[in-house]
Amino acid sequence: MNRALRPLLATTAIFLLAYVAAVLQYPSMLSTRVLGNFLTDNAFLGIAAVGMTFVILSGGIDLSVGAVIGFSTVLIATLIMWAGLHPLMAFAITLVTAACFGAVMGAAIHYLKVPSFIVTLAGMFLARGGASVLSPDSIGIKHDLYTSISRSYVLLPGGGRLTVIAMIMLAVFALGIVLAHRTRFGSYVYALGGNETSAALMGVPVARTTILVYTLSSTLAGLAGIVFSLYTSAGYSLSALGVELDAIAAVVIGGTLLTGGYGFVAGTFIGVMLQGLVQTYIVFDGTLSSWWTKIVIGGLLFLFILLQRLVFSAAAPQKAGFGSRKKAFRKS
Amino acid sequence: MTHKANTTAARAWATESPLTAPSAEKLSPTDCLVTAKAELWQAGDGGQDMADGTRPVLEARGIVKVFGQHRALDGVDFAVHPGEVHALLGENGAGKSTLIKILTGAYQPDGGEIFLDGTPLRFTDPLDAQGSGIGTVYQEVNLLPNRSVAENLFLGRQPTRFGLVARKAIVTEATALMAAYGLDIDVRAELGSFSVAVQQIVAIARAVELSGKVLVLDEPTASLDRNEVAKLFEVVAKLKARGLGIIFITHFLDQVFAVADRVTILRNGQLIGTRDLSTLTATEVVRMMLGKDLAYGHSTLPVMEAATGPEKVTFTGLGRAGRVAPFTLSLHAGEVVGVAGLLGSGRTEMARLMFGVDTADTGEITVDGTRVSLRNPAQAVRAGFGFCPEDRKVDGIFGELSVRENIVIALQAKLGWFRALRRDEQDEIAGRYADELDIRAANHDMPVKLLSGGNQQKVILARWLANDPTFLILDEPTRGIDVGAHAEIVRTITRLREEGLALLVISSELDEVVAYSNRVVVMRDRQMVAELHGEDITPAVIVAAIADNRDALEAQT
Repeated sequence: MNRALRPLLATTAIFLLAYVAAVLQYPSMLSTRVLGNFLTDNAFLGIAAVGMTFVILSGGIDLSVGAVIGFSTVLIATLIMWAGLHPLMAFAITLVTAACFGAVMGAAIHYLKVPSFIVTLAGMFLARGGASVLSPDSIGIKHDLYTSISRSYVLLPGGGRLTVIAMIMLAVFALGIVLAHRTRFGSYVYALGGNETSAALMGVPVARTTILVYTLSSTLAGLAGIVFSLYTSAGYSLSALGVELDAIAAVVIGGTLLTGGYGFVAGTFIGVMLQGLVQTYIVFDGTLSSWWTKIVIGGLLFLFILLQRLVFSAAAPQKAGFGSRKKAFRKS
Repeated sequence: MTHKANTTAARAWATESPLTAPSAEKLSPTDCLVTAKAELWQAGDGGQDMADGTRPVLEARGIVKVFGQHRALDGVDFAVHPGEVHALLGENGAGKSTLIKILTGAYQPDGGEIFLDGTPLRFTDPLDAQGSGIGTVYQEVNLLPNRSVAENLFLGRQPTRFGLVARKAIVTEATALMAAYGLDIDVRAELGSFSVAVQQIVAIARAVELSGKVLVLDEPTASLDRNEVAKLFEVVAKLKARGLGIIFITHFLDQVFAVADRVTILRNGQLIGTRDLSTLTATEVVRMMLGKDLAYGHSTLPVMEAATGPEKVTFTGLGRAGRVAPFTLSLHAGEVVGVAGLLGSGRTEMARLMFGVDTADTGEITVDGTRVSLRNPAQAVRAGFGFCPEDRKVDGIFGELSVRENIVIALQAKLGWFRALRRDEQDEIAGRYADELDIRAANHDMPVKLLSGGNQQKVILARWLANDPTFLILDEPTRGIDVGAHAEIVRTITRLREEGLALLVISSELDEVVAYSNRVVVMRDRQMVAELHGEDITPAVIVAAIADNRDALEAQT
């Protein structure tokens, strides 16, 4: 079996087990209502996590995601409420701004050869700071489009509601899966995560791919910002604090190797759902502090990093692994 | 694990093969007189047009490449014809890799011209050369171990349908392609899950598919065992029959004779000659490569077990479960104990136990009659031990640090935090040992990673000598360094012995072990199985001991 599939299967199994356990304790958790809320409540996280999956697959990291979401909500709110633009116009401007922001970060990472960690950390401060400069206070968004979007949903059998933003997230995941596994761009991303030198020698357009990966991540963060503003009907510079870390956790729990090259977009979906499940359980329980979510996620993350170590160190196929493998070969 | 068996077989075969290691004994002094007239082979230019009169597919004329003050290549001509395997030989630093980098577009020449099918052109980068028809396969497979074989073959040129990659078509084509190379494998499996040999063949397939005129094989067999090499050579023969021009670079002379038609030999950036291999013997090739007498300076007869000095270090029943069975060995001052054995026989593990890298479960160590406990290398250093590890690049040198820093680092570590060596002391120490060991570096502040393998090895030796050790462990001191530097390392070992050090030298090169050892211990299956003295120290006896061939051993003794 493909080794990369093992963490994904483990995540899926853990999710199903946890869900069954939760349902046994609170039978009402087995309903499309809960499922619908899962999707709606985690829509922005899921969208951002898709972008993060691509970044991590390529061997990088994007710490600016949460800040870009926050910035986007403020930008949308100011454009709609202060500049009087139509929301759709505001959305377009936001997406373009976010895309440019990501492209610049990607270019800096590639051409200046600065680690993505540093560049996107700078990006995080810039975006968060920029949002506060636009407006330090929360701005409520009142517009017919917002009202109608938040009122429209598809009724699922059993009374659950599939909201517009949940559908956006599902669409993003579907597109992400196709992009990662069925396009040349996707194969370039995996190639970069596998070994950048080899990838370059094999003709992978390293510069273009790197820039596109961060552009994609920031654009999706912008989209997550749009979804977040729809979800909260407000723009606030301090919203989505730390979401980049939740996204990284979802990606890693979803079976993507933190050093790049191995993983699945679908796994990230399960990673997001697992986080949603923990939150929902805590809501159902009612006595637990919401901080338990963090503790459970922390434990899971640790478990999965351990699991990846076990799976991937068995016969590490990374570049460095070649040496160690040869060594094993020699000394076996 | 078939791997193990294969490696074992390959090593035994390699040590027996007279062609593998250009050994000193094969050159008689009279031969060397002839060697002095290296110009003889300069006339080998006539070889350029020997290959059946066809036009070369790739030709380089008068290539010059200068790095700073150093002329890495000085007017080198080289031509490869369609349907020939052309070996490129030379010691490390001869200019082989520079020439290859120019031919594959990684470097730009400072002079001279490159012709592809008779048309002059310049390659801007390796991708450009690849697009023009020159594919390269490196020793370290430059593919993506995390992706499937099929994707590795088609990356960057996947057939698409409606913008989506046509996966089925790729798998079908890749399977067919691999079958053409004699590989029946699941092309959807990760490349990293296959052996290096399979990866190497996938790399060749990709290079040939993309380029199709010239294939450059840069030390492709370095990490393959015997069967895998044979497999690779089958592929090379097929490609040759298809009319590709193949440039083959290797350190293994027997492989050159097995697979190549012609050979071009470089030395110090100069073309020594291009010759038809059918007219050459291995000894002649070695002499062309070296252009000098390769004798080890001291006698090549086995060193007699001299009345050595006092017992320096004794290991009694030292062992570690699962790594090395308990062994007992004592070393005297002024003695070299050679350790022979196949890879994986426990040789390196033994050295690691001795130096405290791994802690022993059983046994004790005495130094000068006093019992010591070695739980880590720092304690071993304090006890006067030094260790030059097998994998120089990983465990030995600090690539980014200068020659000077690399030499003084162990001494500084021994002195501790509060007694920093002054710069002039450092310079003095580095200078002294660099002179003594003839370390060739432009200056002592250049990063050690820029030095050749042989000089790096000498830097590590210098590091330990600066510590004034009583006992030095050398694990494969001559691996991966060129033939000339081999001889120098061997000379150095002999000299250190004469100066009264106790040395333990692990080596696969039996000729060398025989040349410098007072005693030889043989490891097999993680046990010390034999200790050979005096007359018994010959390659034949050692091989018999390694192979556990009791009859042969008795016949010899």
